[in-house]
Amino acid sequence: MNYLGFWAIFRFEMARFFRTIFESLASPVISTSLYFVVFGTAIGSRIQEVEGVSYGAFIVPGLIKLTVMTQSISNASFGIYFPKFMGTIFEVLSAPVSFVEIVMGYVGAAALKSVIIGLVILLTASLFVDLHIAHPIIMLLFLILTSISFSLFGFILGLWAKSWQHLNIVPMLVITPLVFLGGSFYSIDMLPGVWQKIALFNPVVYLVSGFRWAFFEQADVPIAISLVAITGFLILCIGIIAWMFKTGHKIKQ
Amino acid sequence: MNNILTIQNLEKTYAGGHQAIKSVSLEVKKGEIFALLGPNGAGKTSLISIICGLVTPSAGKVIVDGADIITEFRKTRKTIGLVPQELSVDGFESVINTLRFSRALFGKRKDDAYLDQVLKDLSLSDKRNEPVMSLSGGMKRRVLIAKALAHEPELLFLDEPTAGVDVSLRKDMWAMIGRLRENGTTIILTTHYIEEAEEMADRVGIINKGELLLVEEKNALMKRMGKKELHVVLDKPIQKVPVKLKAHELELSNDGSSMTYRYDTRAERTGIRTLLNDIHEAGLGVADIETQQSSLEQIFVELVGDDA
Repeated sequence: MNYLGFWAIFRFEMARFFRTIFESLASPVISTSLYFVVFGTAIGSRIQEVEGVSYGAFIVPGLIKLTVMTQSISNASFGIYFPKFMGTIFEVLSAPVSFVEIVMGYVGAAALKSVIIGLVILLTASLFVDLHIAHPIIMLLFLILTSISFSLFGFILGLWAKSWQHLNIVPMLVITPLVFLGGSFYSIDMLPGVWQKIALFNPVVYLVSGFRWAFFEQADVPIAISLVAITGFLILCIGIIAWMFKTGHKIKQ
Repeated sequence: MNNILTIQNLEKTYAGGHQAIKSVSLEVKKGEIFALLGPNGAGKTSLISIICGLVTPSAGKVIVDGADIITEFRKTRKTIGLVPQELSVDGFESVINTLRFSRALFGKRKDDAYLDQVLKDLSLSDKRNEPVMSLSGGMKRRVLIAKALAHEPELLFLDEPTAGVDVSLRKDMWAMIGRLRENGTTIILTTHYIEEAEEMADRVGIINKGELLLVEEKNALMKRMGKKELHVVLDKPIQKVPVKLKAHELELSNDGSSMTYRYDTRAERTGIRTLLNDIHEAGLGVADIETQQSSLEQIFVELVGDDA
């Protein structure tokens, strides 16, 4: 194991985050504040409570998940696509590092950035609503698992992408709709009967539900199923990346 | 063991079906400078990319300092430094940070004293803390070389190292390559500037269409394949070569003031004495005579023909 090699990649990626710390944090904080203004205050004032929780507080887990998922994907995909685009990837591919160190470096940095952003949003949200986290450790576990697994997904996307358009198309056409339809801003119990069943095919439902349970002990699906779903997604992503590196698919000629 | 690089029957066929490397075998000794010459698309970069781990070989074996590049990749890659053809370097970092990154990536502990020496050798000391993006193309090329040297490689690949750099920088790089050789670093370079190979290389390999056409000591190659030219400057211009001199296959200059005679240095007889006699008998006056050895470039063109 080349620990120095892994640490070099990790530090290099984190340096990029700290170089643009204001942009990195300002954007999600402003977006979250806007969501609170629109959903929490304007619309939330007409919805008193959802399952016994004030609407403002109810949307906090969904908002954090929404941002963490999109940030994880964009950070990790950009992290690996940029050196591919610039041609500097040759250095990493010719270095004495295996795919494990490469993935740990890029994905580890992207996931840490997302966890930081998630916690900043949580802090911002606590300025708007009265928050009580029932299971902080499980909340943190879900936050970390989501950050890692979606960073792995973003890494795959970055390896696969041939252009900047490719890089944006999956988050825009797949992830954003799934997140918005995945119960970030509502409980799936609020949907008409058939749509509740259709919603269960959306993997994001399980992630948001488990995360919300950690806050309010209320969930659309059992917490164990949520944990299995996120762990399964994580293993699937690791498997795909391992296969890509083993075969050189989209990495080596 | 004296070889730092051994290539055995290496082949590469890309997904599209293009065969870039055709059963190439090669041995490079420790401490030598080996120049790989070939026209565009000959397979030079493919060959280097395989050895460095950027391209997967289709068949064959590559051994670097006794280790297999596939099964013992960590060991072989620590030995190798690569300066690519393209100016691929992260522009946002400072010069020293990008060198620290390269050193750590290759598993070496931080050593700023060594990196500062590399910067000094490449005349980059005053750019140490500047962002790479603020440097000129030539300076970026130096940074790429510094990055390749950051982990103290024993085998350095220079893929077209002086492409697009000015004459002064080219001379600086030649001097630096000389210093590296003195320190025992083996250097394999590909170049379009044949004079570069002629100036520096100990041995030359000529590759074309994926096949290694020859590998030979540069001096031996030039002696073996080198032809000499004898330029006979006449005291008075002539319209055409006299019939009496036809057998010598002389080439008359455009202004008719000189004739060129080509001869093989390996031949038992050069034919110069007969030529001079025939010129005298043809009634031509000789003002001057000079000889010229054919360059490596001419040998290269002769070998690869129209592809050069």
